[in-house]
Amino acid sequence: MLRDLTVGMYLPGNSRLHSLHPGAKIIATAILMLAVFLVTSMSGCLVLAAVLFGLWGLAGLSPRLLVQGFRPLLWVLLLVLPLQLFFTPGPPLAVWGPLAISSTGVEGSLWLLYRLAALVAISSLLTLTTSPVALADGLEQLLAPLAKVRFPAHEMAMVISIALRFIPLLGEEADIIGKAQKSRGAALDSGNLGQRSKAAVAFLVPMILASFRRADELALAMESRCYRGGAGRTRLRRTRIGAAEILAVLGAAAVALIAGGRW
Amino acid sequence: MIEARNLTYMYRSPGVAPVTALDRLNFEIRRGQSVGIMGPTGSGKSTLIQNLNGLLRPTGGSLTVDGIRIETASKKQMSVLRSRVGIVFQFPEQQLFEATVFADVAFGPRNLRLAAAEVEKRVARALEAVGLPGEQFARRSPLALSGGQKRRVAIAGVLAMQPQLLILDEPTAGLDPGGRRRFLQMVRALRQEQPGLTILMVTHRAEELAGWVDRVLVLHEGRLLMAGSEHEVFTRTDELTAIGLQPPVSAVVFNRLRQFGWELNSEALQPEEAAKLIAGCWHKRMEEKAKCCGT
Repeated sequence: MLRDLTVGMYLPGNSRLHSLHPGAKIIATAILMLAVFLVTSMSGCLVLAAVLFGLWGLAGLSPRLLVQGFRPLLWVLLLVLPLQLFFTPGPPLAVWGPLAISSTGVEGSLWLLYRLAALVAISSLLTLTTSPVALADGLEQLLAPLAKVRFPAHEMAMVISIALRFIPLLGEEADIIGKAQKSRGAALDSGNLGQRSKAAVAFLVPMILASFRRADELALAMESRCYRGGAGRTRLRRTRIGAAEILAVLGAAAVALIAGGRW
Repeated sequence: MIEARNLTYMYRSPGVAPVTALDRLNFEIRRGQSVGIMGPTGSGKSTLIQNLNGLLRPTGGSLTVDGIRIETASKKQMSVLRSRVGIVFQFPEQQLFEATVFADVAFGPRNLRLAAAEVEKRVARALEAVGLPGEQFARRSPLALSGGQKRRVAIAGVLAMQPQLLILDEPTAGLDPGGRRRFLQMVRALRQEQPGLTILMVTHRAEELAGWVDRVLVLHEGRLLMAGSEHEVFTRTDELTAIGLQPPVSAVVFNRLRQFGWELNSEALQPEEAAKLIAGCWHKRMEEKAKCCGT
């Protein structure tokens, strides 16, 4: 379940991507995500795919991980693809009773597939190579200018980093509670809809309780270690912006322009 | 009841080398036996437990529980297995979710599709067994009970399924000494009332097993390091200490006294027994001393 998610997981490493300034990585990631939506041509698709594969290799990540990251997408696709296929108006390709598949529907579905896959790959690339702490740091630095207009940049970054930290924790919790209820015969992965929804209650109530408890404990632990927000806090690791960072952002922008066919 | 032949389990996760959690375990547990499982953190205890009711399936070797081969069990066999093997997980109070104690304990039996009257009977019996009389507790919210009581409700929830094999995973963790004692009394009572019930209890404390289990298994780094009666296992105090476990204090004291030349012929794992034996030996020594010095 939550455990198999590639998005949000971090794998320590020594690649160039790992050591890049997190702020620059976030900007580059945002630009690449934008690029996904700029792409309208086959050649653009290929360019972006090649770049992503290249970056994946540069980060020293195994291709298996990429496949694993796509797995949870299947459920989304199962839900959305039929709608996209059958309910897009256009010249019909195949008719099956009241249902008709149009060529625009097929085209739209392929684009949907491509965009989702690319977005998952890009966001996984960021989280796989950036520790949650670095991610929050980068975010805070990017948001720092907004602090002038009283935007709670540090708090925002803290909330996000805690949320990211909680994903695997909740995953573990879900694993334990799921197993406990399954051992009591809960039909979590079998049975009809009624049984399953009953099992879902048995799963969700303890999960929600556990999250509240965790949040409570964390707040208490932070307060008892004198956490008072961002004012006056220094960092253990200072990161600097160098040539590599500038290159990364410019490179991402160039990819976006080329793949988007705007250059 | 349980037969493991070269039982192996490996955790595989993306991008990380597979971890061997269980490494070719061989053991057998007969029906009605009470068995203690010990091992330091990360020795594979929890993995072993989850293999026993098919939450995890062995990646190598074979495991048979109550006649069902876990590696190849069908979905149907699996649900039969789950109804026969009751697992009380660590901190089971966290799995409570219903509005009343009754409903929570009834969750398992209802999943077994038992008739309402039978469910009611089982819930009453289970609550009785854990020392929470139904008339007093059944209508209360499980979330409003104390920590120790919540845990007992959770255990009742497993007992109400009337398993053939009851597995307790560190059931006393986080309880105060009184709570721990009451819990152990409850398990012993259970054992007397249901002689056919096979009980497996995982714990870090040797003392909790002394005096009632038939066998002890010690796991270390995924391997079965020791298996035998409590006397056979707990008297290997130095080995237990070396892997980070705490042997019963009495066994340690006995071993030290022997090193000092005391003639202690039998073993004692509980303080009362130990005190008696030491006192007896001391009297003998004093008498011998008196004789040889001719006073």
